[in-house]
Amino acid sequence: MEMTVAQAIIKFLQDVGVEVIFGYPGGAVIGFYDALHDSSIKHILVRHEQCAAHAADGYARSSGKVGVCVATSGPGATNLVTGIATAFMDSSPIIAITGQVRTSVLGKDSFQEADITGITMPITKHNYLIKDPEKVLTIFKEAFYIATTGRKGPVLIDIPADIFMSKIKYEYPSEVNLPGYKPTYEPHPLQIKKAINLINSSERPVILAGGGIISSDASEELIKFAEKIDAPVVTTLMGKGSIPEEHMLYCGFIGMHGAAYANFTINNSDLIIAIGVRFSDRSTGRVDTFAPNAKIIHIDIDPAEIGKNVEPYIPIVADAKIALKRLINEVEEKKNPIWWERIKEWKEKYPLKYKNQEDVIKPQYVVEKIYKITKGSAIVVTEVGQNQMWSAQFYKVKYPRQFITSGGLGTMGFGLPAAIGAQVANPDKLVIDIAGDGSIQMNIQELATAVTYKLPIKIFILNNSCLGMVRQWQELFYKKRYSCTIFDVAPDFVKLAEAYGAYGRKVEKPEDVEDAINWALEKKDAPVIVDFRVVREENVFPMVPAGGSIDKMMID
Amino acid sequence: MKHTLSLLVENKPGVLARIAGLFSRRGYNIESLAVNTTESPELSRITLVVEGDEKVLEQITKQLYKLIVVLKVNDFTDVPVVERELALIRVNSDSSNRRAIIDLVEIFRANIVDVSEKDLIIEITGDSEKIDAFEKNLEPYGIKEMVRTGKIVMARGMRLNNR
Repeated sequence: MEMTVAQAIIKFLQDVGVEVIFGYPGGAVIGFYDALHDSSIKHILVRHEQCAAHAADGYARSSGKVGVCVATSGPGATNLVTGIATAFMDSSPIIAITGQVRTSVLGKDSFQEADITGITMPITKHNYLIKDPEKVLTIFKEAFYIATTGRKGPVLIDIPADIFMSKIKYEYPSEVNLPGYKPTYEPHPLQIKKAINLINSSERPVILAGGGIISSDASEELIKFAEKIDAPVVTTLMGKGSIPEEHMLYCGFIGMHGAAYANFTINNSDLIIAIGVRFSDRSTGRVDTFAPNAKIIHIDIDPAEIGKNVEPYIPIVADAKIALKRLINEVEEKKNPIWWERIKEWKEKYPLKYKNQEDVIKPQYVVEKIYKITKGSAIVVTEVGQNQMWSAQFYKVKYPRQFITSGGLGTMGFGLPAAIGAQVANPDKLVIDIAGDGSIQMNIQELATAVTYKLPIKIFILNNSCLGMVRQWQELFYKKRYSCTIFDVAPDFVKLAEAYGAYGRKVEKPEDVEDAINWALEKKDAPVIVDFRVVREENVFPMVPAGGSIDKMMID
Repeated sequence: MKHTLSLLVENKPGVLARIAGLFSRRGYNIESLAVNTTESPELSRITLVVEGDEKVLEQITKQLYKLIVVLKVNDFTDVPVVERELALIRVNSDSSNRRAIIDLVEIFRANIVDVSEKDLIIEITGDSEKIDAFEKNLEPYGIKEMVRTGKIVMARGMRLNNR
C-alpha cells in the first residue's frame, strides 16, 4: 500500500501499539500532524515542547511502555533537550520525533533549523537523521528496539519536512539487524557460581536495589531473593518502589539524604549485592570510604556501569530479572540474626524524623499526611529539591513505578509534565505532583494541558518562598548568605490555578492540612493546586555533605 | 600513557562525531586519527591515538561499545603491531643542497614526488619514530610545510586483543 512517510509512521506507531503521543506542532511537522489527524492515536497537546518529552517520560516510567513525543524543527527540537537528557540519565524509554528543514536546505542555517542529532548525540541512546524515505520504517523499528531493550533510553528520529511527504510502500519491518548492538541478558554461569559462594558465606549481606529492578520488572524476584537470604534491602532513589516500604526487609534508601539506618547498613555490610544500580555520587558519597569492608557483587545490564564508580568483586553483566532468578535457584537459604540486631538498633536510634510544630506547617508533615490519607497508594511524582527528598523520605510506596522522580539529571520542572504523562497512562489512578514553589513555576503552563484533558492531578506545593535546597546549602556551608534563593515575589497560586480553569486552595495552618488534602482528592474533573505555606528555614536531614562519607551524616 | 585504539564501525554519517564526543567530554585530545573503509564497504576502520589514564580509557572503551555504530574495539597498546604513517614534507632546496637531501631521502627510503626551483616535496611512510627522525634531519634545510596522516596499525600474526 502506497502512502506518505507521515502516514506510514502513524501506521507503524499503531502497529507497535502506541496509543498516545505528546507533542506540539510546527512548520516542519505539519505533514505528520496532518496524517495524525485521521488516526486513532491520541495526541496530548502540551504548552511547551520540554513538557512533551517529560510527559512521554512520565508515561513510560509509570506504565513500562514506550513514551512518544513530537516537536518541530529548530526551537521545537531544542526545547526537547532537557526532557531527553532527563530520560537518558534515568534510562527511560522514549522516542522523540522531530521535524527538520527540507533536505534541499539542510545545513544552510535555514529558518527554524537546528542540528538536533548533533545536539542530542550525548543524551540519547541513539539517534537518526532520515534522508532516505525508504529507510524510515526500518529506522523506526530499530529505534523502538533500541529504546526498549538492554539498558533502556531515549532515541531521537529527525525527519526533514519533505521526507514526511514522500511516498513509500508500507511494509512492517519484521526484523532488526544491528550488528553493533547485542545486549547481554543471560548472566555468565561461572560468575553466578562465584556470587552464590560469596553470598552463602557472607555474614552481613545487603541488597542494593536500583532503577534496573523496576525497568526489568524484577521486583517480585528481588523480594523472593531477599527473603531467601534474609538480607536487608536498601534502594537508591531510583530503586524506590522495587520493594514495598512496609516490607520487613526494607531498610530505606541510601545516599546524601537517605535514611541514616540505610547508610549505616550498607556501610557496615560485608557484602553488597547491587542490582540495577550505577553507584552514583549522590548514592555513594565519598567512594573510597563507601562500604570499606564490603565485597561488591555488581549486576547490571550495562557493561559500562561495572567498575565505573566502584570496583566490584564479582561483576555480572545481565538482566536483573534473569540474574535474580538464577540466584534464587542456586543460593542457600540463610538467616542473619546478629546482623539484623544491629540494623534494628540503627532503625530505632536513627529513624527518619522531623520536629513538628503547631503554629507553622512543616513540609514533612504535609507529605506524611498525604501518605496517610492516600494510604500509600498514589502515584507520586516529584519536582526536584527539598520537595523531592521529603517525598522520598516520607511517602512510603508499595509497588514499582509508583514513585517518579528525576534522579540523575535532577530536572526542576519535571514533576507537573511527568504527572501529566503518568495520569494519561493511568487514568484510574490517583496521581500527585509534590512540588516546590520554585520547580512548579518552571513548567506551570502545563496546567493548561492538564485542564484541557481533564486530568485530575493533585499538585501539592510545599511553598517555602525560596529555592529550599540551595538555601539549605547556603545556610550550612555559605554562612547563611542567601544569594538569589529567596523569592520576594510569588504568584497567588490559587488565582493562578483558577485562571487556568483548575482548582486552587491555600493552606496556612497545620490544622487545615488534612482537610485541604481531602478536598483536593475529591476533585475528579480538573487539576488541583494546594498551596501549602510551609516554614521557610526547614532543612532536609539526614544530610551527607557533598563529597563526604555516607556514614558521616548531619542527622539534624 | 599513549593508547592506540582500532575501531571497526559502521560506515555512516555522524559516526566519527559520536566517537569523538566520548573523548572530548572528558577533555581528552585525540592525537592521531585515521579513517577509511575496510574490506567490506559498509564498515570503516578508525585508528586513533589518545593519551590518557588507564581507568578512563577502559571506561571510554566500554562507552565506545555502547555506541550502536561501533562493532569492535581493539586496544593495540601492548600488542605487537605493524604501524604506519605517511607524511608529505615540502622542504627548501636549490641546486646547492639538493644532492644532500637526495642522500637523506635514500637513507630513509623516502620518495621525492615533486621538484621545483626552490623546494622539493618528499613522501615518506613508516612508524612515527622514523618520520620524526626524518623530519629532524630535514629541519636544517627548512621545512616549509608538512602533512602527516594518522597512524594505522595491524596486529602481527593475527594476535588480536579482542576485548
